Amino acid sequence: MNVVVCVKQIPDPATPGKLNADSNTLERAGKLILDESDSFGVEMALQLVDKAGGGEVTLVSMAPNDEVSGLRTALAMGAAKAILVSDPALAGSDSLTTAKVIAKSVERAGDIDLVLTATESTDGYTGTIPGQVAGLLDWPALTFAKEVEIADGTVKIQRQTEAGYDVVEASLPAVVSVTAGVVEPRYPSFKGIMAAKNKPVDKVTAADLGLDASEVGWSGARQQIVSVEKAPERQAGEKIEDDGSAYEQIVAYLEKLKVI
Amino acid sequence: MGLKIWVFAEADGDKPASATLELLTKAREIGETVEAVYVGANADALAGALGDYGASKVYAIDPGGRLPGVIGAAALAELLPANSPDIVLFAQSYDGRDAISLLSAKLDKPVLTNGFTIRLDGDKVIIGTQIFGGNTLVDAEFEGEAPYLAAIRPKSFAAEPGGGAPATVETVPTPDAGRAGEAKVLDHHVEEREGPKLEEAVVVVSGGRGLGSAENYGPLVDDLAKLLHGASGASRAIVDAGWVPYAKQVGQTGKTVKPKLYVAIGISGATQHMVGMKGSDNIIANNKDGEAPIYGIPDLGVVGDATKVVPKLIEALKARS
Ligand SMILES: Cc1cc2nc3c(=O)[nH]c(=O)nc-3n(C[C@H](O)[C@H](O)[C@H](O)COP(=O)(O)OP(=O)(O)OC[C@H]3O[C@@H](n4cnc5c(N)ncnc54)[C@H](O)[C@@H]3O)c2cc1C
Ligand SMILES: Cc1cc2nc3c(=O)[nH]c(=O)nc-3n(C[C@H](O)[C@H](O)[C@H](O)COP(=O)(O)OP(=O)(O)OC[C@H]3O[C@@H](n4cnc5c(N)ncnc54)[C@H](O)[C@@H]3O)c2cc1C
Repeated sequence: MNVVVCVKQIPDPATPGKLNADSNTLERAGKLILDESDSFGVEMALQLVDKAGGGEVTLVSMAPNDEVSGLRTALAMGAAKAILVSDPALAGSDSLTTAKVIAKSVERAGDIDLVLTATESTDGYTGTIPGQVAGLLDWPALTFAKEVEIADGTVKIQRQTEAGYDVVEASLPAVVSVTAGVVEPRYPSFKGIMAAKNKPVDKVTAADLGLDASEVGWSGARQQIVSVEKAPERQAGEKIEDDGSAYEQIVAYLEKLKVI
Repeated sequence: MGLKIWVFAEADGDKPASATLELLTKAREIGETVEAVYVGANADALAGALGDYGASKVYAIDPGGRLPGVIGAAALAELLPANSPDIVLFAQSYDGRDAISLLSAKLDKPVLTNGFTIRLDGDKVIIGTQIFGGNTLVDAEFEGEAPYLAAIRPKSFAAEPGGGAPATVETVPTPDAGRAGEAKVLDHHVEEREGPKLEEAVVVVSGGRGLGSAENYGPLVDDLAKLLHGASGASRAIVDAGWVPYAKQVGQTGKTVKPKLYVAIGISGATQHMVGMKGSDNIIANNKDGEAPIYGIPDLGVVGDATKVVPKLIEALKARS
């Protein structure tokens, strides 16, 4: 079984995010890392291929400046190879354009049974890529999976719902988005890290994928940021130190609010 | 001419979901004609409330054992050309996200997501989002031709009935969703929940890593929530640690809540948590670190050890009831 995992390489979420002053898009100039949300997809793919007893895991990533650090992390976990789409023409791409790039990359990857993504990325979190990629490929989209099983050419998931979960099944090939925590991502071993350095990364541009520069990036985006502002701050009220009787003040406050 | 706005409606049991009523209320404010598209059972039972909140008509589609978002996208793709709404609104929910993203691919239309405001500027439609954990507000407008597709986070607008007549129900045959329609729903599992829903509760009590252990969640957070007739919530730290299920998570990647009272216990106040609760009417915070960022927002801050403060509070409340 051959699986593509979409992995996004993002600015470290631990550092405060910044918008580029000219373009109002996320500043992605510094070093990028593997979006932690995608480490679950990578682990899931490795386990599924292992269970199937054959096949390989191919990574697909669209990222600026030939960025590979996040890809290397996922290759070190055990993925076999990667397709990296990096092209200045793609700067400013909206989610639908990103989905087009990913769908074309899946086609480029060849004979694929399953595409895995996270439910949403950490930095852009539109959460629309899984559905858009499935729509473009005309494959079933099984979203918000908290359990994934493959058997006899079908994929069956537990799909998170407001009330609990649904069991959803479709034939392969299909796109599945996995929630954080579905599996425990492995730490890359030293051997894995060394091996990752020599694993093939197929670097392509939008044109290589058959996408016209006028359809992608700034030229392709059909929405525009019109203003960016600081959010108004909420004012804090009283602050007390507990001396053993703070609960009394809480009770008084609850009474004032009439919630008791 | 006024705008025609469609809302992708979802159900919660035999009532419209609260997120749907919020969208209808907003649609009524900015649009002239408001209609709903609903994929699911019992459209007739929903028509009264949909009408009351602003929909004059509901297109009702039987999912036929398929995912509502998948069938919704296929149905919308067929319905849009003949009916030409200006805006189609979706909740940023599980099914709403499926529907908007599949439709976006089908129609080759961009999307704006995670909206928390919608406004019109002349004939421009502008969607506001909160980014960087809610400390920055970004307005974006659609370019190109309508219909514009937008997903709005639940709890962005108040739901208010407008007193409209029940929506007329127009049944639409289940469309052929192509290969996407191969995904079959085999079974629904409903997890037990006591008390009100997190997003609808008047009082929300949330706990974080400062509780010290998973065992403390029940006696400190659940019990306090129960005494206040509220729902219990959580920070992501303790969801990720497996103390409580994801459904309880409040924040950027969880639920947005706007209760009358929010109580944060042992939560540091990361921006990603606060974006989900700072719209609450009143906030009480308890943290043992007086410098914790959470203290930037509460109406009442109680600096102290949660394992000491909360049991006393619970005792006092029990003594009253
Ligand atoms: C704060 C913010 C808000 C934005 N809002 C919008 C908006 O409303 N509408 C819009 O069209 N665009 C929006 N964008 C731009 C959008 O984030 C980018 O187009 C991005 O390339 C793809 O969307 P995502 O990360 O939101 O995808 P999501 O749908 O959240 O991602 C889901 C999964 O898809 C996969 N994936 C996503 N991107 C890549 C990638 N580059 N390479 C490999 N796999 C990937 C990953 O597995 C990821 O976890 C926004 C960007 C930011 C920073
Ligand atoms: C992209 C992204 C999305 C995220 N989405 C969310 C989200 O949706 N929701 C969310 O909550 N987080 C989210 N986070 C995580 C967020 O950044 C924080 O890590 C998280 O909220 C911290 O949880 P916490 O406050 O419980 O834990 P901590 O930050 O560890 O805080 C624990 C607090 O407890 C206090 N404490 C310790 N002992 C006691 C005691 N005995 N009594 C009282 N107080 C005590 C400490 O002083 C400390 O302030 C997100 C992060 C990222 C990067």
